[in-house]
Amino acid sequence: MIAFLIKRLFHALLVMFVISVVSFAIQDNLGDPIQQMVGQSVPESERAELREELGLNDPFLVQYLRFAENALHFDFGYSYFYNEPTTDVIMRHLPATLELVFATTLLIILLSVPIGVYSAIRPRSWLSRLFMGVSIVGISIPVFLTAIVLIQIFAIGIHVSLFPADTAWGAWLNGLLSTSGGMPAYGRGDVTHVFGTWDTNFASLNGLTYLVLPAISLASIMLPLFIRLIRAEMMEVLQSEYIKFAKAKGISMRRIYFLHALKNTMLPVITVGGVQIGTLVAYTILTETVFQWPGVGLMFLDAIQRSDIPLIVTYLMVVGLIFVITNTVVDLIYGLVNPTVKLTGKPA
Amino acid sequence: MGYYMTFKKTLLATLIGASLTLPMAALAQDVTGDGKDVNLRVAYDADPVSLDIHEQLSGGILQLSHLVFDPLVRWTQDFTFEPRLATDWKQIDDTTMRLHLRQGVTFHSGNPFTAKDVVWTVNRLKRSPDFKAIFEPIESVDAVDDYTVDIHTKRPYPLLLNLSTYIFPMDSEFYSGTTENGKDKGEIVKNGNSFASRHESGTGPYRVTARQQGVKVEFERFDDYWDKDSPGNVDHIVMTPISENATRVAALLSGDVDFIAPVPPNDLERVRADKNVKLVTMSGTRIITLQMNQKRVDAFKDARVRKAIAYAVNQEAIADRLMKGFATPAAQLSPKGYSGHNPDLKPRYDLEKAKQLMKEAGYEDGFSITMMAPNNRYVNDAQIAQAVAAMLARINIKVDLKTLPKAQYWGEFDDRAADIMMIGWHADTEDSANFYQYLTECPNPDTGAGQYNSGNYCNPELDKLVEKANLETDRDKRAKMLQAVEKGLYDDAAFIPLHWQDLAWAAKNKVQIEPVLNVMNFPYLGDVVVEQN
Repeated sequence: MIAFLIKRLFHALLVMFVISVVSFAIQDNLGDPIQQMVGQSVPESERAELREELGLNDPFLVQYLRFAENALHFDFGYSYFYNEPTTDVIMRHLPATLELVFATTLLIILLSVPIGVYSAIRPRSWLSRLFMGVSIVGISIPVFLTAIVLIQIFAIGIHVSLFPADTAWGAWLNGLLSTSGGMPAYGRGDVTHVFGTWDTNFASLNGLTYLVLPAISLASIMLPLFIRLIRAEMMEVLQSEYIKFAKAKGISMRRIYFLHALKNTMLPVITVGGVQIGTLVAYTILTETVFQWPGVGLMFLDAIQRSDIPLIVTYLMVVGLIFVITNTVVDLIYGLVNPTVKLTGKPA
Repeated sequence: MGYYMTFKKTLLATLIGASLTLPMAALAQDVTGDGKDVNLRVAYDADPVSLDIHEQLSGGILQLSHLVFDPLVRWTQDFTFEPRLATDWKQIDDTTMRLHLRQGVTFHSGNPFTAKDVVWTVNRLKRSPDFKAIFEPIESVDAVDDYTVDIHTKRPYPLLLNLSTYIFPMDSEFYSGTTENGKDKGEIVKNGNSFASRHESGTGPYRVTARQQGVKVEFERFDDYWDKDSPGNVDHIVMTPISENATRVAALLSGDVDFIAPVPPNDLERVRADKNVKLVTMSGTRIITLQMNQKRVDAFKDARVRKAIAYAVNQEAIADRLMKGFATPAAQLSPKGYSGHNPDLKPRYDLEKAKQLMKEAGYEDGFSITMMAPNNRYVNDAQIAQAVAAMLARINIKVDLKTLPKAQYWGEFDDRAADIMMIGWHADTEDSANFYQYLTECPNPDTGAGQYNSGNYCNPELDKLVEKANLETDRDKRAKMLQAVEKGLYDDAAFIPLHWQDLAWAAKNKVQIEPVLNVMNFPYLGDVVVEQN
């Protein structure tokens, strides 16, 4: 176990080293940060001075070594825009993103397990077909479109006047299809301070309403994937010998489905799911931009537009670290659920 | 197993809890709108980078300046000057202007406003990397007494009042001394944490009560604000940056904010159609142009070729169809209202004439060039470049177009990396001479003239005329000279003007925004009235 963790620690360091080199190598293509800092009429001499001051004229290797040396002391530099250490900036934005990802994960788990299991048990029922059909649509609509449609329907509201309003059924249909909106369209609303940089949306009703639309649109990418995965795994498990044997033994179908079959279904789901939840952090970029959710995704996109190179590099390294951590946690959980797996890879 | 079950139960409880909260959301929102205090929620596309108004010369910082500080004078909607902290002014000799200052004005810190604050502020402006270039003509400022200052210029300078719109007196006492860690409170730091970038003390209608960079800025009406005649009735302003266009519009339409700017051209109709909100548009002052690089392409040295291009580009079609009327077609740099605006110059689209000029110049069969334009800097910038490329194809000029995000584009622009490059310009001084200085004068790295003249167009005669105009304090004479410069540039086809970008704001019906808006795009929110019912 210890050996496994140490190995993973080295993985993390390697990943972060590679990310930092790559992001440093492409920084020339990210644009000129000076351009973003000064007004248009500032003379070239002033710009040159600022460029020298920031050390942007030094050769690649010098800049990288300076960065690496500071990074070893956990100093990742100052953001050009926020004028603060990049780690502080990220720590301030990270809770918002993690809360969004957490809410999305809850939605996914709560919806995908029952739907996936149901459509595996009753693959031919119309409800299963409906779920599968909707999930195909869900997987193929880009997340920003989902988000904008959600905003239009639930935040702004739509007024349907397709049907004749002077007939009772027309008025009823119009009323049924129209929405009054009212959900918040952007931002986090009233957050409750927990500690440090962590403000939470989960502590108040107002906070939770702000979380609903972003979480649904973020979930819309992963939910269909999970439903299909659980359905496929469950169907496969239901074909296996031990389930047939259990049926023959006369155990109630309920017990077979939810105790014996579900357990084995969840094994691969945990592996794939854990990794996918990690990538959700990356997917938040689009969702956060549309909903102006003040998390790291929005911060990263703004940083790219401002050529805020130190912040970009630190963000990429943090995301790399999150990936390594989620993978490690997934492996640990897998080991707990399935004790026949030895983490260190040595024969038992 | 048991653990797993309780976990599931907790999740269920959370979900039920969440669904119960939905109908209550509406209730929670009403409470904020019905109190006695008047609130205004504003969403701009970006928030000010700093509270230090001398750190950057940008629209965002100037909008902040008008909220938290007051200028000596400010622009009115029809390009005249309105007294603010300066009550009246007089030219006492060729190079000196005497200004009388308003009495009984207090800073947010409680310090009284006097002449020494103006002196201190101008000296600080002359140190600011962003402002020092436009404050170069000022030699010094003297306090004659507590409420009188003399501004001395190095030479007769006609634009001193224009410059005074940029002098927002700062509280010299508040910004003097050192911080706990020994830093000068008045220092201007571009990339770092300075005292002035986190603290403010101005004379303006609002104090900053909370600020989270990139998330929101909160303002509160200053109780001791000097302008008791101001109709403004807003107690609290919350300003949120919403960079995504669609979200900003959605926030207004859904009632989450009361006032947004800018309104993206694609959503103009949608906003106009909504009964609960109103849209205000104005012809702006930012000119969009194309520059033809004479150093890279020999053909561009021939005025006939440049004119052929000028005749081939159809500004009206671009403004009408591509910009959907959200632009004013241009044939010169100076917009209407500027002293250099020459009413005789009109867009001159004429394809036959263009072809004939190409033939005269010996380029009947055309040639191939490269063009670069940004794709997220100006409204529809990439599409405009594509349209121009198509127009030039009709006179057999083949354009290889590349569009880039602004972060990368300006590096290419500085390198003069293409034969035709796009640039938009807004004159910081709201005066025509600023256009010529940066866009059309002969490039000279020592003086900074022609810093953005990527075409390398050079006409010493016109430069001399601009120089002369800059020493002319008689407004009418000066306007004549500047208009002659515009004519000269037009006849030479020094560059291709396309249009002035329009401005658009939108607000809820109850917010009376019309009187506080202007083409400078500095809404005077201190004077805004929100109707109460």
